[in-house]
Amino acid sequence: MGKLSDTSINKIKEISRRYPTSESALLPALYVAQREKGWLAKEIMDEVADALDLPRVRVYGVATFYTMYYKKPMGKYVIQVCTNVSCMINGGEEIFGHLKKKFGIKSGETTGDGLFSILEVECLGNCGNAPVMQVNEDFYENLTIEAVDEIIDSLKKKK
Amino acid sequence: MTESVLLSRVELEDSHTLTVYEKNGGYEALKKVLGKVDPEELVEEVKSSRLRGRGGAGFPAGVKWGFVDKNSPKPKYLACNADEGEPGTFKDRLLIIKDPHQLIEGIIISSYAIGVATAFIYIRGEYHNEADILEGAIDEAYKAGYLGKNILGRGFSLELILHRGAGSYVCGDETALMESIEGHRGNPRLKPPFPAAVGLYEGPTVINNVETLSAVPYIVNKGADAYTAVGTKESAGTKLFCVSGNVNKPGVYELPLGFPMKKLIYEVCGGISGGRKLKGVIPGGSSTPILLPEEIEDLELAYESSKPGGFMLGSGAVIVIDERWCMVKIAARLAKFYAHESCGQCTPCREGTTWTYKILKRIEEGNGRKGDPELLLDIQDNILGKTLCPLGDAAAMPIIAIVEKFREEFDRHIEEARCPF
Repeated sequence: MGKLSDTSINKIKEISRRYPTSESALLPALYVAQREKGWLAKEIMDEVADALDLPRVRVYGVATFYTMYYKKPMGKYVIQVCTNVSCMINGGEEIFGHLKKKFGIKSGETTGDGLFSILEVECLGNCGNAPVMQVNEDFYENLTIEAVDEIIDSLKKKK
Repeated sequence: MTESVLLSRVELEDSHTLTVYEKNGGYEALKKVLGKVDPEELVEEVKSSRLRGRGGAGFPAGVKWGFVDKNSPKPKYLACNADEGEPGTFKDRLLIIKDPHQLIEGIIISSYAIGVATAFIYIRGEYHNEADILEGAIDEAYKAGYLGKNILGRGFSLELILHRGAGSYVCGDETALMESIEGHRGNPRLKPPFPAAVGLYEGPTVINNVETLSAVPYIVNKGADAYTAVGTKESAGTKLFCVSGNVNKPGVYELPLGFPMKKLIYEVCGGISGGRKLKGVIPGGSSTPILLPEEIEDLELAYESSKPGGFMLGSGAVIVIDERWCMVKIAARLAKFYAHESCGQCTPCREGTTWTYKILKRIEEGNGRKGDPELLLDIQDNILGKTLCPLGDAAAMPIIAIVEKFREEFDRHIEEARCPF
């Protein structure tokens, strides 16, 4: 896994100075670490703990509470599909079912080539354009199975 | 047509930029009051506007501000709740993307009124793009002298920190939100003490929703009377309604409070998609009890509207469900959400939400047992009102309403040992 870069460590320290307590910088610090490494290995969380002068167990406790911190390696593209009520009644479950079948994996798993991870998620806050999914930081709205296939194809081409 | 309070600029090109905001009346309210109007007068003005919290609970904003001890020896804080995790709710997102400066101006004025030197915006982690837009707007506001030290040279200083959540519905609860800002797991705190007395870093803290704070510049510019001229006696002003589900024109609509629900669905949103029949309406986000078609007849969208079936305005998120849907499936999906999002701190919520989901899933799959509907109601009774934060109530209320109002669907699932839909 290797250590966090000096840039990330400095960024974490810089963020912590903005808050009334350095402890408050823990959530943004974990984002900085995850952005560099793609996920939060134990030794990376240890580095975050040291940078903020926090007990390591405090960092593990916080990282495991929040779903957006990945505790295992994820694919290059993390596809999150909402299946909550507004999306469900507009086809969200079918979209997620299609992805599971297409990739032959379950929610939280990654394809063998390391390209795609799929996650069934709760409300993404875009219910008026349901069904929706998010690929890394990009939103896709009013989806159909055909549209999903096109998106996947274009991501594959990008590699 | 009612004057727009919140969405007056959203159609403008580059409405998120400082230039467009300033050209269209932006930061005029701040200039009007900062260092010129006594903060206490400002609190009184918001009190007289009768602005109620738009996050769901509907507590009067000015009254909440008034609870803060002016002479507190500890620093005071303001936190803008932009966590927007309630299924069906997507209104704050629009305000953030299209008019972030309106929110920032609302935060600065509110901080001045309360005497806050550090404010936070707690935005849900999934809103990457929205966080970037807000970050950009905050930078612009700092550069223009609306944030930072000695704002506009009027002796008031404010630091504004954007804090991203990381995927946890419970952090929308004000006490869990504070825990999360302080760098902890989002476990709600016991109340009292209330945040206005002991909040962030043990200082008095006001927590307001994005929509609430975005209304503040209008109230300051036009006065409380202009605001109360719209709406009903107990529900002043306009409200953003976000409609989703089986309607022809889903979206966010700004309407005066007291607007008829039926008109919203059948006129504003163009009716039920595919010309189908309406089966039920979740009126104010997934935690509010579902209403039957007959219960929305003559129903006004206002805080004081009450129906025997239990209408709650909530966050203004209307989810419309047509005749094709199995209500056991809807209940099971909602239950799955709350079971996933329970923070696990309170036993009735942690155990009850998971148990509820298991039973509903079993019924939906054709393995229901006689007595399951009664068991479901009994479990909800043991969650409702018995948890630290409102997540327990939010989980129990929709299930009670669905089991009671669609009981025959549960019985059919159990008798026929399959889903009849």
